[in-house]
Amino acid sequence: MNMWRIARLVAAKDLRVEWRSRVVTNQVLPFAALVMVMFAFALDNDQVLTRVAPGLVWLATMFSLLVIVQRAFAVETADGAMDALQVAGVRPGGIFLGKALALAAQLAVLELVLLAAAVVLYKTEIVAGGIVLLVTTYLAATIGLAFVGTLYGGLAAGAKGRETLLPLLMLPVVAPVLIGATRATEAALGTENATPSDGWPWIGLLALFAVVFGVGGTLAFGSLIDE
Amino acid sequence: MTGFMTSTRNQAEAMPATDRAPTSTTFSRALGIAALVGIGWLIVFGLFLSPNDRVQKTGVRILYIHVPSAWLAYLAFGVTGLSSLAYLWKRTRSLTWDRIAGASAEVGVLFMGITLVSGSLWGRISWGTYWTWDARLTTTAFLFVTYIGYLAVRGLGGTHQQRAKRSAVLAILAVVEVPLVHFSVTWWRPLHQNETVENGKLSGLMLFTLFVGLIAFTLLYVWLVLHRQRVLTLLDQVDDRGLDVAIAERRNEAVTS
Amino acid sequence: MIAMLYAPYVIGSYVVTFAGIGLYTVRMLAQARKAARQVPPEDRPWT
Repeated sequence: MNMWRIARLVAAKDLRVEWRSRVVTNQVLPFAALVMVMFAFALDNDQVLTRVAPGLVWLATMFSLLVIVQRAFAVETADGAMDALQVAGVRPGGIFLGKALALAAQLAVLELVLLAAAVVLYKTEIVAGGIVLLVTTYLAATIGLAFVGTLYGGLAAGAKGRETLLPLLMLPVVAPVLIGATRATEAALGTENATPSDGWPWIGLLALFAVVFGVGGTLAFGSLIDE
Repeated sequence: MTGFMTSTRNQAEAMPATDRAPTSTTFSRALGIAALVGIGWLIVFGLFLSPNDRVQKTGVRILYIHVPSAWLAYLAFGVTGLSSLAYLWKRTRSLTWDRIAGASAEVGVLFMGITLVSGSLWGRISWGTYWTWDARLTTTAFLFVTYIGYLAVRGLGGTHQQRAKRSAVLAILAVVEVPLVHFSVTWWRPLHQNETVENGKLSGLMLFTLFVGLIAFTLLYVWLVLHRQRVLTLLDQVDDRGLDVAIAERRNEAVTS
Repeated sequence: MIAMLYAPYVIGSYVVTFAGIGLYTVRMLAQARKAARQVPPEDRPWT
């Protein structure tokens, strides 16, 4: 079977599982919103909040990413679905791309909610001139995060103590996305008088990140889940 | 089975020397002595015989252990990456490469921890602060955490082959990740502190002391990895043996019942 | 004067370094001794 076709089928399956269980909408989204409220409690200053809003949005995204990734692989390993796919000879690269696609879709929804929360809670204003940059940043960062999440989620899946291991493995790796996406978002929103032109170089970093982990993951996923 | 076990115990009693230092060979012993001599030399020169720096005063002495341990940590992680590659390449696939990668990563984490501590002590003297968000420092801290994660993955369990493959892929990913982190941090904080001493101006005796430190630490690294790799072999063997014993017992049960 | 002020930092860094290496080595050799009791000498490829 063609790899893209496998990817589409796996992604559709993951999203269907998610749609039926509604764990992301009923648990992860409220969790992310709660994190945003907690940031406001901790910082307790409207000017500071507006200044650091882009960073907080991305930080909350990373924390929620950890939860979603755990969930995406708990579903697979619980009933040995991954082994069944392996035995059936489905190409692991396709599984990787499919799971990453589903993860990216869930992340995109989450990020929209977090951005809305920033507008409401942190007085963030979206500037018309920065919208193209903002959308590009979200696209590039989300794809990169989805690839890394799928790769390291697959690595930790089925292992004892993966709940504690995953953050340790994944957070250092996604640090460049946190830096790049935050700076680009600041540029798009005009935080601290930044202009959109300050943000575009960071898009290069985000795109490079997504490509590296996309290619790496497609190649390596097979040996990671091969148990 | 019991007969076999007793016979090995007798053999071990007959050779107490190998049991006291089971991972030693003549070569490793000579290497260990050389490393010890080097370290003694380093301490004598580093703390007493070398002169004070004009700017750094006695603070320069931290450099003689800080620079060699940083160099070693990078060397160790490089060796981990290369051995992982050697394991993943089918023609050189052997668990020995996996064990070398694991041993080297462990020693690397040890030396990176030492580097961070001695570096922040040195920073306190020369910059007046334990930590600055300079690109090199931040990348180093990320390396440290990344390889702690690598060691955690090695401890996940499963067969030796599973461990080897999983950790080899992770080591390659770490090699890919490090430039990305470094790149992003450099962009994030483009202005970084210049090294006040490293840019030349080390006197002859200072350079000599640093050189002694580099050699002593490199010898120490080879000695540590050699032994650690042998210990890991022993541990893998113990693991296999436990499995063999369990299978044999099961078989006996099946025969007798 | 300054030299005296710096001395704790210098000595501290030397102590941390060599104590760290020492502890690691001792732990490693103890582990080797323990494991070696279960592995006969002919299974040690380096001897």
